[in-house]
Amino acid sequence: MEKSIRNLVIGLLLLVVLVPLGLLATGETFGEWGNEEIEEKLGYVPQGLKELSTFWERAPLPDYAFEGDESSRGAVIAYILSAVIGVVLGGGVLYLLGRRIAKD
Amino acid sequence: MHIPDGYLGPYTYIAMWIIMIPIWLYAGQRLSRELRTRQVPLLALAAAFSFVIMMFNMPIPGGSTGHAVGGAIIGIVLGPWAGVIAISVALILQALIFGDGGVTAIAANCFNMAVVMPFAAFYVYKIISGSSEITSNKRVAASAIAGYVSLTLAAGLTGFMFGIQPLLHTDEAGIPLYMPYGLNVALPAMLAEHVFFFSFVEAAVTALIFVYIQKTDPSLLMYDRPTSKRLAKGAAA
Repeated sequence: MEKSIRNLVIGLLLLVVLVPLGLLATGETFGEWGNEEIEEKLGYVPQGLKELSTFWERAPLPDYAFEGDESSRGAVIAYILSAVIGVVLGGGVLYLLGRRIAKD
Repeated sequence: MHIPDGYLGPYTYIAMWIIMIPIWLYAGQRLSRELRTRQVPLLALAAAFSFVIMMFNMPIPGGSTGHAVGGAIIGIVLGPWAGVIAISVALILQALIFGDGGVTAIAANCFNMAVVMPFAAFYVYKIISGSSEITSNKRVAASAIAGYVSLTLAAGLTGFMFGIQPLLHTDEAGIPLYMPYGLNVALPAMLAEHVFFFSFVEAAVTALIFVYIQKTDPSLLMYDRPTSKRLAKGAAA
C-alpha cells in the first residue's frame, strides 16, 4: 500500500476509536425531532409526518445504538461498532466496485 | 442535516428521487470511465471517512447539534462525480442500517450532501486556486473556503426543502402535514448554525486533510488533469 494511503487509513482508524466523542453532544438537531419532541413543541404531530415517520423500521441499529440498552458503556460500544460497520461496508463496497471498473 | 422520514411530503421526496436517479447513473458512468486503479483505495476511504466524520456530533450554543460531512475534501481530491458516489454510499448506509436520515428522503439527502457539496467545493476550490502551484498556500485557503461554502449551501438547501413543506402540504384546516415550520423559520435556523459553526468545522477538516495530502503526496491532488478537465467542461455545459 502506498505510504500516503496507509497513513490516511491510520487516520481513519483513529477517528473510529475516537468516535464516541460524538456522543457527548446531546442536544436536538433542527428538523430531526422525534414525534414526542414535535408534540412538545407544537402540541400536535402533523398527520403526514406521523404516518411517514414509521416508513422504515427495519434499521438493525437505529440511532447507532443497541435498542433497549441504555447504559453508557452499551452506547459507546454500539457507536464504535456502527463506525466499524460503516467503514467496512462503505469502504468495502466501493473498493470492490472500484477494482472492477478502474483502469490504469 | 439528515432529513428523516416524514419531514418531506411526497412532492418533494419523489421529485428528488427523479432528480437523483439519473445523477447516480451518470456519476457511475463517469467513474467507470475515469477511475484509475490508484484512486480505488481513496474512493473507498472517502465513503468510510464521510460516514465516520458525520458521527462526530458537536453541540453548539442554543442546544442544537450538528457535524461536518467531509464532502468538500472528497470533491476536491476525487472530483465531484466520484464524490457523488462515495458520499451517497455513506448516506444510504446511514439511512438503511442506522435510521439516520429517512429512507424516503435518501434522494433529497444525497442531493444536498452528496451532489451539492462536492460540486460546490470542487468549483470554489478550482476557481480560487486558479493556476497556482499544487503545493501553494493559496490552495489550502481555497480548500477551506470550499469546505465552508459547500456545507453552508447544503444546509441552506436542506432548510429550503424543509421550509416549502407547509406551502405544499396542508390539511383542509390549513395545518401542515409534514415539516410544520416554513421558510421563515427553517431557512434561518439551518443557515445560522452552519454559517456560525459547522461550516467552520467543515472548512477546518477540509484544509487539514488537504494540507496533509499536499505535504505527503501532492500527486493525489491531480484530479483536475487535462483529460478530466475537458470532460468536466463538457458535463458543465
